[in-house]
Amino acid sequence: MIELISPTRCTGCNICVSICPMDVFQAVGGQAKGAAPTIARQADCQTCFLCEAHCPDDALYVAPDAETVTGIAEDAVAAAGLFGSYRRAIGWSTGHRDNRSADQTFRLLAPH
Amino acid sequence: MANAPGAPATPSVSSLAFGAHLEAHLDADVLVLGGGPAGTWAAIAAATAGARTILADKGFCGTSGATAASGTTLWYVDPDPAKRAAAKAAREGLGGHLADHGWMDRVLDRTHAAVGQLADWGYPFPRDADGRDRRVSVQGPEYMRLMRRRVKQAGVTILDHCPALELLVDDGGAVAGAAGVRRQKGGRWAVRAKAVVIATGGCAFLSKALGCNVLTGDGLLMAAEAGADLSGMEFSNAYAIAPAFGSVTKTLLYQWASFTRADGAVIPGAASKGGRSVIARVLATEPVYARLDRAEPELWAAMRQAQPNFFLPFDRAGIDPFTQRFPVTLRLEGTVRGTGGLRLVDETCATAVPGLFAAGDAASREPICGGFTGGGSHNAAWAMSSGHWAGQGAADHARALGNGARNLRRAGGAGLREGKGASIDAAALTRAVQAEVFPYHINYFRTEEGLTGALARLDRLWSNAAGAAPSPADGSLRAREAAAMLATARWMYRSALARTESRGMHRRLDHAALDPAQRHLLTVGGLDEVHVSARPAPLHPDPSGATRELAA
Ligand SMILES: Cc1cc2nc3c(=O)[nH]c(=O)nc-3n(C[C@H](O)[C@H](O)[C@H](O)COP(=O)(O)OP(=O)(O)OC[C@H]3O[C@@H](n4cnc5c(N)ncnc54)[C@H](O)[C@@H]3O)c2cc1C
Ligand code: SF4
Ligand code: SF4
Repeated sequence: MIELISPTRCTGCNICVSICPMDVFQAVGGQAKGAAPTIARQADCQTCFLCEAHCPDDALYVAPDAETVTGIAEDAVAAAGLFGSYRRAIGWSTGHRDNRSADQTFRLLAPH
Repeated sequence: MANAPGAPATPSVSSLAFGAHLEAHLDADVLVLGGGPAGTWAAIAAATAGARTILADKGFCGTSGATAASGTTLWYVDPDPAKRAAAKAAREGLGGHLADHGWMDRVLDRTHAAVGQLADWGYPFPRDADGRDRRVSVQGPEYMRLMRRRVKQAGVTILDHCPALELLVDDGGAVAGAAGVRRQKGGRWAVRAKAVVIATGGCAFLSKALGCNVLTGDGLLMAAEAGADLSGMEFSNAYAIAPAFGSVTKTLLYQWASFTRADGAVIPGAASKGGRSVIARVLATEPVYARLDRAEPELWAAMRQAQPNFFLPFDRAGIDPFTQRFPVTLRLEGTVRGTGGLRLVDETCATAVPGLFAAGDAASREPICGGFTGGGSHNAAWAMSSGHWAGQGAADHARALGNGARNLRRAGGAGLREGKGASIDAAALTRAVQAEVFPYHINYFRTEEGLTGALARLDRLWSNAAGAAPSPADGSLRAREAAAMLATARWMYRSALARTESRGMHRRLDHAALDPAQRHLLTVGGLDEVHVSARPAPLHPDPSGATRELAA
């Protein structure tokens, strides 16, 4: 489930608000321009990791637990190098673009 | 939102009997509901054929649906007659000899063309050691981001976070648009259209299978309310392996897994392919563990590069899946990797209702895989192909219909119609439906007794839901989702009861063998009364492959 948005990493672009298929986030309106959105409907999260893929600032973290909130702290996510890890793996961040065409499925299907 | 310039006047709000005001109404030639692979291919095809096209998605076109989160292998086979024949033959028995070779040929051709288009549009297919493009799979986020871009470039208007709740029909019963709610902007929307494509995906009953919680069978319910029927709904019990704590139901890599009990003893016969029911049997009473210890270390890097999302749960939970055991579960994917859905009546992917087309998981894919898909490639090929044809068919239908004025009526029932009972408690109804469709002993291993008991309870739930007072606008989406899952469960189990044999993914403990006399397809439909009838399966070529009278 979505666990946290890092207030220091997030630039308030609200891309996650738009792209989350389950409408989990809520933009913070008014004067607070640039503020991080809130995780308004956490229980609706389907643990699809797509907010991480689309966040340009690697500012949010989705824990693998689909049913429970783990309450993991931002420091622990950062220490484990998990911020932005999915985006790097699919080649969507600078320095990792080669991964976009690294799909090796054709080698795994071969024996069948 | 405003009317497109020069568009015919939208129906008056009162003519739609919405009671409250309507925040957005638009006009289109073709309205596509759902923006996964099927919906995006449909929208591009319709717009390319000159139709003014709108695509409405419950979530966000580009991230929503099963493919965006998961990625798929593709039924991409070179147009070499021997390879094509082998590809078709490979699934013949698994599918219970119900597929249609004419449709398979069309889908293989169309998929080959569509994947070629993806390459032309810049999809970054990998290269092998010989420098050849390998086009047998796509990564979900990459593929669907590209599809969204192409939909926009084709001139389609996208309505994100705009779930459709019901269809609009004209006085003659033809489909003439749809209406729904705006999840983020608030209020309701309605689109008047000359043709509608249902591409809302399958129904996975909010099981949290990867990317599937937007898939609650909404399009099946809407279409049935307008008079469409379904087919193959007995082939709707796909269960996929996932780490017990997680959502990632990708199963390809479990071909390298060993499955064990808590004490480490290997479970005889347990396997991802051909032994999944063994896993289900053990899971009914005790935990099952997996470890990908049958993969040679040389393959580990390739596995990670093939499926980065498969490894997310493990890397984040601090588990090395190649060397450490982890508990697994089976999550229901329902019709997403089953084969049942709306029945198509011709090669334009039309349904039984004029003006209504269907594609992807929302349409029965029995024509290409009979009663079984499970893992692999046919589903994605079907979404691309049926999406393309449905978009073209809808555009042709719209052009033929012309611009005459039509009265519109809302076709939605349960949760929307005026009823005397209490309004639907969506959370409670969802749990009640899940209690009938999740358990392996009812849905995986089927018996007359289990199905009959579940149906009695589901029928009672339906009569309450059908007589419920309308839900308030902010609760109407959840209420409709619950009603759609309920309707889907009833079609599934009525069909499963009628098929007194085991075929494809449909397994009856009390009729364990395949019955050659039941090589037929089951049509199912109806809401208050569900009815099932058999129709002949497509003819088969003789074993030599010489006869070709089947491509009706
Ligand atoms: C984990 C997993 C792995 C898979 N792997 C493979 C594979 O390797 N090969 C393969 O061929 N297939 C695979 N599949 C199946 C494949 O993903 C689906 O067949 C495919 O996504 C179907 O495309 P679709 O467009 O019909 O539906 P989806 O991609 O599910 O899209 C449906 C869309 O409809 C929208 N929608 C739903 N309700 C409404 C509504 N009321 N109003 C408006 N919009 C709505 C949703 O938001 C969604 O965007 C896999 C599925 C899963 C879950
Ligand atoms: S996408 Fe990332 S940076 Fe943008 S608002 Fe969301 S968390 Fe913040
Ligand atoms: S994991 Fe998926 S459902 Fe959950 S918040 Fe992120 S995008 Fe939304």
